Amino acid sequence: MPRVLARSLRRLTARLAGAVFVLWMVATVTFFAVRLIPGDPAQAVLGGPGSQASPEALAAVTAEYGFDQPVIVQYLAQLGRLATGDLGTSYALNMDVAPLVLSQLGGTLLLAVLALTLAWLIALGLATWSTRGGTVASRVGSSLEIVAAALPHFWLATSLIVVFSIWLGVFPPISTGGVAGLVLPVLTLAIPLAGFLGQVMRESLLSALESPFVLSARARGESERGVRWIHALRHASLPAISLSGWAFGSLISGAVVVETIFARPGLGRTLLNAVTLRDVPVVIGVVMIVAVAYILMTLLTDAASRLVDPRLRLA
Amino acid sequence: MQAELATRSRQFTRARRPGAAEAVAGVLALFFLVSAIAPQVLAPGDPLAIHPLSAFTPPNFAHGFGTDESGRDIYTRVVHGTQYSLLIGAAATAIGLSLGILLGTLAGMFGRVVDFTVNRFLEVLFAFPGLLLALLFIVIFGPGVATATIAVGLSTAPGYARIIRAQLRSVRSAAFVEAATVLGRTRWQILLRHILPNTLAPLFVLATLGIGQAIVWAATLSYLGLGAEPPTAEWGAMLSAGRTYITSAWWMSFFPGLFIVLTAVTATVLGRSIDRRMRHA
Repeated sequence: MPRVLARSLRRLTARLAGAVFVLWMVATVTFFAVRLIPGDPAQAVLGGPGSQASPEALAAVTAEYGFDQPVIVQYLAQLGRLATGDLGTSYALNMDVAPLVLSQLGGTLLLAVLALTLAWLIALGLATWSTRGGTVASRVGSSLEIVAAALPHFWLATSLIVVFSIWLGVFPPISTGGVAGLVLPVLTLAIPLAGFLGQVMRESLLSALESPFVLSARARGESERGVRWIHALRHASLPAISLSGWAFGSLISGAVVVETIFARPGLGRTLLNAVTLRDVPVVIGVVMIVAVAYILMTLLTDAASRLVDPRLRLA
Repeated sequence: MQAELATRSRQFTRARRPGAAEAVAGVLALFFLVSAIAPQVLAPGDPLAIHPLSAFTPPNFAHGFGTDESGRDIYTRVVHGTQYSLLIGAAATAIGLSLGILLGTLAGMFGRVVDFTVNRFLEVLFAFPGLLLALLFIVIFGPGVATATIAVGLSTAPGYARIIRAQLRSVRSAAFVEAATVLGRTRWQILLRHILPNTLAPLFVLATLGIGQAIVWAATLSYLGLGAEPPTAEWGAMLSAGRTYITSAWWMSFFPGLFIVLTAVTATVLGRSIDRRMRHA
């Protein structure tokens, strides 16, 4: 047992070191990306040449970011600030970026988690239904998945608003609070994702149903339901689990669209506003937070895969 | 993403005669190509001509898709908009694929150290999921059609690189490569005559599948006001303009979006069909 423990501890350390490395690189990429903005970097931070920043503001930014220092000093200072959780100041909103971004994180996470859960349920339902039925069910299932996966968030959101808010009046078109306001945004994010996950699950379910372990389970006399839900589905969910890290990332970028359309406060809308205003510190703040969330999510999906697949634990 | 799914699914798709889906996709692809090359054939009107008196006409016999706030015919605009969307989608895919080929070949062909470095670099890029990389790029270089196209291309590059790397590695360990090595071919001969042709053929499939995704993303950027701007008849920009009138004129948003969905589905169905055919050829 201690050997197993030591091994998983070593693995965990390696994973964490990898995560820290990726974060460091993300910080480096964004640091140099900002230096690519043409013209005076202080002006760029203040919203570009069109913003007509006052000389005092320019001087303040130059001092804060140390633009008059050598690049390597600026870079190390930036890393130092990031390590202490200081993401700088938004000049468009006149407030610190870190508390701003953190205050928006909850709403977006709620949206992403609900959408991911719903997408999993839809995909599971579609995959099991379409592999059990005949060729018609499988064709209908795969067509539904392809169309769902091709739906752009902004069009799906508008169509759902037209049908459910304007024509039927069932759900509000604006998602400021309350459960009813969450329905349409979550559906918008979940349907395309369910299309992707469904395709993956159906393919791996089909391969699982043809594999020897299912044959042996059948030979042992297990019920069809037991074979499908306990043996095949466990196997079939593996690729979809590892895809969930990617899915989470795509949900965050979907949140940019969905939060804007449903006028819902969150990271995505904050990001879009910041991009439109060229509010560089906020953009970097959101990017860093999303990178952290994404890395945590990949660590989580990795752990989930090990939980579901005993083979990975032995390797 | 579609591309990754397709490469995953190879062993479970059987060769069969073209089905109804493929036939419909073929007809649609033809329609989109004609729309892009010669929109006048399908929609003789001027996509920018305004008729204020017939503004906000719902779909009827004269205006199949209705008219917008200035009385411009939506059908004409949607057909004429095909060239923007297809061109942006194709250009973005070309950029993404070129970068992907470069990174993927570096990682797949040039030893462990390069592979490790490129892989770490890709991991870093994956930490900017989806449109995030594109948005970062737009903050740096400002909004517009050109930046949006490059931005979408950049966002898709890491995915392509990973697929190409995997493809190269699997081809490299194939029996015919081993045979060529045994026959005494040089490293470069093997790379150029055996490995590359077998890696590049699936790229055609990747490109077809990728165009759909690129069109959706580029339209998203236009919708968000960061790409093409109204009154350009670009689909995303049309949807963005229709947003203001969503309570009264649903057709302004519905039809441009429908065309985006149809192009994306067409690309997926055709890409998969080509993929199947190539595997069984």
